[in-house]
Amino acid sequence: MDTAAILETGAKLAFVIGINLGFFAPVLAWVERKQSAVMQDRIGANRADIFGFTVIGLFHSLADALKLIFKEDFVPRGADVTMHRLAPMIALIPALMGMAVIPFGGTYEIGGHAVNLVVADLDMGLLFVFAIASVATYGVVIGAWASNNNWSMLGGLRAAAQMFSYEVTMGLTIIGLLMYYQSLSLVEIVAKQESFWNWGIIYQWPAFILFLACAIAENKRVPFDIPEAESEIVAGYFTEYSGMKFIMFWTAEFIEVVTISALCVVLFFGGHHCAFISDAGLVALFGGGDLGNILAMLFGVAVFLVKVCVLIFIQMIIRWTLPRFRYDQVMMLGWKMILPLSLVWILFVGVAILTGLMPTPA
Amino acid sequence: MGMSDDKAVEALGGSAIVTRLDSVIAWGRKFSFFTYPFITACCGMEFMSVAGPRYDIDRFGAALPRFSPRQADLLLVVGTISHKQAPILVKVYNQMAEPKWVFAFGACVVSGGMYDNYATVQGIDTLIPVDVYVPGCPPRPEMVLDGLIKLQEKVVATPNQNSYVRGIAPVGEADDRIVTG
Repeated sequence: MDTAAILETGAKLAFVIGINLGFFAPVLAWVERKQSAVMQDRIGANRADIFGFTVIGLFHSLADALKLIFKEDFVPRGADVTMHRLAPMIALIPALMGMAVIPFGGTYEIGGHAVNLVVADLDMGLLFVFAIASVATYGVVIGAWASNNNWSMLGGLRAAAQMFSYEVTMGLTIIGLLMYYQSLSLVEIVAKQESFWNWGIIYQWPAFILFLACAIAENKRVPFDIPEAESEIVAGYFTEYSGMKFIMFWTAEFIEVVTISALCVVLFFGGHHCAFISDAGLVALFGGGDLGNILAMLFGVAVFLVKVCVLIFIQMIIRWTLPRFRYDQVMMLGWKMILPLSLVWILFVGVAILTGLMPTPA
Repeated sequence: MGMSDDKAVEALGGSAIVTRLDSVIAWGRKFSFFTYPFITACCGMEFMSVAGPRYDIDRFGAALPRFSPRQADLLLVVGTISHKQAPILVKVYNQMAEPKWVFAFGACVVSGGMYDNYATVQGIDTLIPVDVYVPGCPPRPEMVLDGLIKLQEKVVATPNQNSYVRGIAPVGEADDRIVTG
């Protein structure tokens, strides 16, 4: 690798990690809180101030983080200390790694150098996301087991059962989409969505609904938060975690929300593409040349982030609207409803593509 | 401490803002109470009112309930504590991670209230240290918010926050923790 390539990859990595840990994690904590307040007709957190500025309660996220960093780091008696420390890291790092293969922009010609806005352009990018998502399960299960606590154990077992079940189902929900785009590379899938009529949501909207349901279940958020069900098993798998380790589990959850949204945008909503303008057209619109390319790049990233934010908003609405499923209902939904439905959808897409009912994008 | 804060600012030509780590931490703690609602009786109705839309305790950053004591900062004891319930309260208090605060909500918690009999604990401060007493049967939500603001002031005013360790309750069984790091 030459120096320019290393610098480029470094910059992209810094952007992805920075925007996740520095922007999305604290802002999502704030959005979740404020949105619950708005939906429940409350005012919500608004008192934390720095020199009199409150920024609509945004500083409460900062206060939470500060407090949790300086809170006692607790390890219960009889716990496996090493595993107890390792588990939050195993939960957080894969959540960040999933973002590596997601393209947050197109390819731009800057200074005679093609800049492809994805950290790692893998041929099997989608499989990588799923593989990494299943590694995150270990963080939860190891954390639960290492805590030496009955409630943690129950939460960990629930998490294992739920996450493995929904991984199978989540994989099957997008097989139809893969048949439609005939590729596993996320970069290629985005490139094929340059025209609005090729966006995944147009022909593949049933897959989108099934995928989103599975993805939220995989992320263990309400209404699928049975691994931490407060009314049943205290706090589930992270019952014995305090301070910074607890916030790492939490951050992992928020970053998974972002990953799910980004994946939905890439698979179903055209990635960085802006409905009816092609990439080349956008560069020409900004005057061409290096400057035009840079402006088009910034515009593409902005479009991508806006789409991600809209999908995050949808997930937050779901989170504050629905009550928690019972354990058997979660399993029933996964195995007896979403799985057969996605199999039917695969069959339907196959027939539709063969008969020319669903024209595949070139 | 070599220089006072004012002298440090002067040495830097007034181009800096200095603060102490303690006050930053205190600021964080002040606006981020994760509560453990220990609700046993009728005061709970008034607690719901405080937590609900009309009075909204979340405005002060004290809304998020964590039902694992390890993650909670503020033990809200709401409602009559009987002698049968007392060991559970002590256990929950001991399980909370430092730093921790206790909020006595209602006359029964403060002093036993009207239950001056053999079955009721005559004030939870016979069991665990209490930071804020809010009497009333039940207390008005305004009183509770006032108590919360007073607690915030206390958090800021308590010197040397980092070594502000409560330890285990004066009564009850031994602690079950390993303190690390």
